[in-house]
Amino acid sequence: MIEVKNIEKSFNGNKILKGISTVFETGKTNLIIGQSGSGKTVLLKSLLGIHTPESGTISFDGRIYSELNPDEKRELRTEIGMVFQGSALFDSMTVAENVGFPLRMFTKDNNKKIQERVDFVLKRVALTDAHKKLPSEISGGMQKRVAIARAIVNNPKYLFCDEPNSGLDPNTAILIDNLIKEITEEYNITTVINTHDMNSVMEIGEKILFLKDGLKAWEGNKDEIFRTDNEAVVAFVYSSNLFKKVREAYLKE
Amino acid sequence: MLIRYITQIGRYFLMLKEIFNKQTKWSVMKNLIFKEIDDLVIGSLGIVAFISFFVGGVVAIQTALNLTNPLIPKYLIGFATRQSVILEFAPTFISVIMAGKMGSFITSSIGTMRVTEQIDALEVMGVNSLNYLVFPKIIALLLYPFLIGIAMFLGVLGGWMAGVYGGFISSAEFINGTQMDFIPFHIAYAFIKTLIFAMLLATIPSFHGYYMKGGALEVGKASTVSFVWTSVSIILFNYILTQLLLGS
Ligand SMILES: Nc1ncnc2c1ncn2[C@@H]1O[C@H](COP(=O)(O)OP(=O)(O)OP(=O)(O)O)[C@@H](O)[C@H]1O
Ligand SMILES: [Mg+2]
Repeated sequence: MIEVKNIEKSFNGNKILKGISTVFETGKTNLIIGQSGSGKTVLLKSLLGIHTPESGTISFDGRIYSELNPDEKRELRTEIGMVFQGSALFDSMTVAENVGFPLRMFTKDNNKKIQERVDFVLKRVALTDAHKKLPSEISGGMQKRVAIARAIVNNPKYLFCDEPNSGLDPNTAILIDNLIKEITEEYNITTVINTHDMNSVMEIGEKILFLKDGLKAWEGNKDEIFRTDNEAVVAFVYSSNLFKKVREAYLKE
Repeated sequence: MLIRYITQIGRYFLMLKEIFNKQTKWSVMKNLIFKEIDDLVIGSLGIVAFISFFVGGVVAIQTALNLTNPLIPKYLIGFATRQSVILEFAPTFISVIMAGKMGSFITSSIGTMRVTEQIDALEVMGVNSLNYLVFPKIIALLLYPFLIGIAMFLGVLGGWMAGVYGGFISSAEFINGTQMDFIPFHIAYAFIKTLIFAMLLATIPSFHGYYMKGGALEVGKASTVSFVWTSVSIILFNYILTQLLLGS
């Protein structure tokens, strides 16, 4: 469980996060949604300690991040898997080396064991013939899947995904969503996902945090989001005709 | 302005400290070091050999052409070539060139990792990214004195060839000149300088890459700024070290 209390973050005097509090639950897929530029990435990076918030606390199962010493912080981070919005694969390494990297860094596993684990996670993201390719030689969607494989390879306790299925075709997007949900439940991970994909919300939105202008504008689950009268949420969710119809169907039930 | 420079310098020293803080696993680090030796040291052999050989030759020819007084002995050509190549040309001049070659390579490769969030990815995994990225460069550049040793040898060799085959001096006279008034401490001085320049070459470009902000355009700018600061530091340290080691 990750508890966020009153996080504030500014860049150059410009307040991006204006005091956000919430709880991300263990074994659930927690979604952060909101318009482009609403601060989703900044919030995620603040949770990870890449950005240091000016105020507020973040606690990982009781461990308050800002109170940990550097060694404890690094220790905590080995329990974290992160999928960056731009994948952030190491471009000097092959796909297999990228995925195996956390294992080589932080486990005592031998090469054979690492290779087996890499094969296993690459298969789970439906990539079986890209092992020896460099990130620059595969498509953006494939890079995303490699990034997911790298994030889950070392069995993280916390998984953060910044738009894991943007740039993927609908089939692969659903596959990735379901994969994330599956491993979240299977290994009881605390998963936080940034997205503006309403399909993801419908598929895996067990807990949804809606951000608007740096504030938490709404919070709930995927059933509630189709019934809420919250204006900001309605405007965001029903910008597409398809979802207007979904809502009508929901309300009729 | 001044305050900005001072904070930058403070940050640079904090970076140096952080590089040695938490070491990367040796089995991983070993490979990183080999890769850096290949990229930085082996990869520079060709250009260093080429430049040293021909500049050594030019030094010999220039000296020969300027020794018009028949009273001045010819072996001074060998002497002057040796002195200028070993004391300044190989350690200092080559290092300034390396500030361009190695420096821009280091800044742009680390800078690219910064803008594509690869450094964030390392940090999020719990890797000490400064140690991971910069430490292997520092270790690899402990071999930099070998590179400069080769530059010294080829510089003098180039001088000898240009002198002898250009018909300015006999081989025996040139060799006689290169052995004249030999002060062993000069070699020590040259290599102390070289080692310090090596550390500047490894760390200043890394600093500019690691702390850069922005996108691809800024990576290019950072490389330029990094070259300026690395070469300025080399020239300044050269002055200070010369004064300390040879002056007084
Ligand atoms: N490093 C930074 N320096 C300055 N401003 C930043 C920085 N990172 C983000 N911002 C600003 O913070 C705001 C929120 O950005 P953020 O990347 O969190 O949006 P987002 O919700 O993730 O959008 P998207 O869906 O497009 O990814 C933007 O206005 C952006 O300009
Ligand atoms: Mg974003």
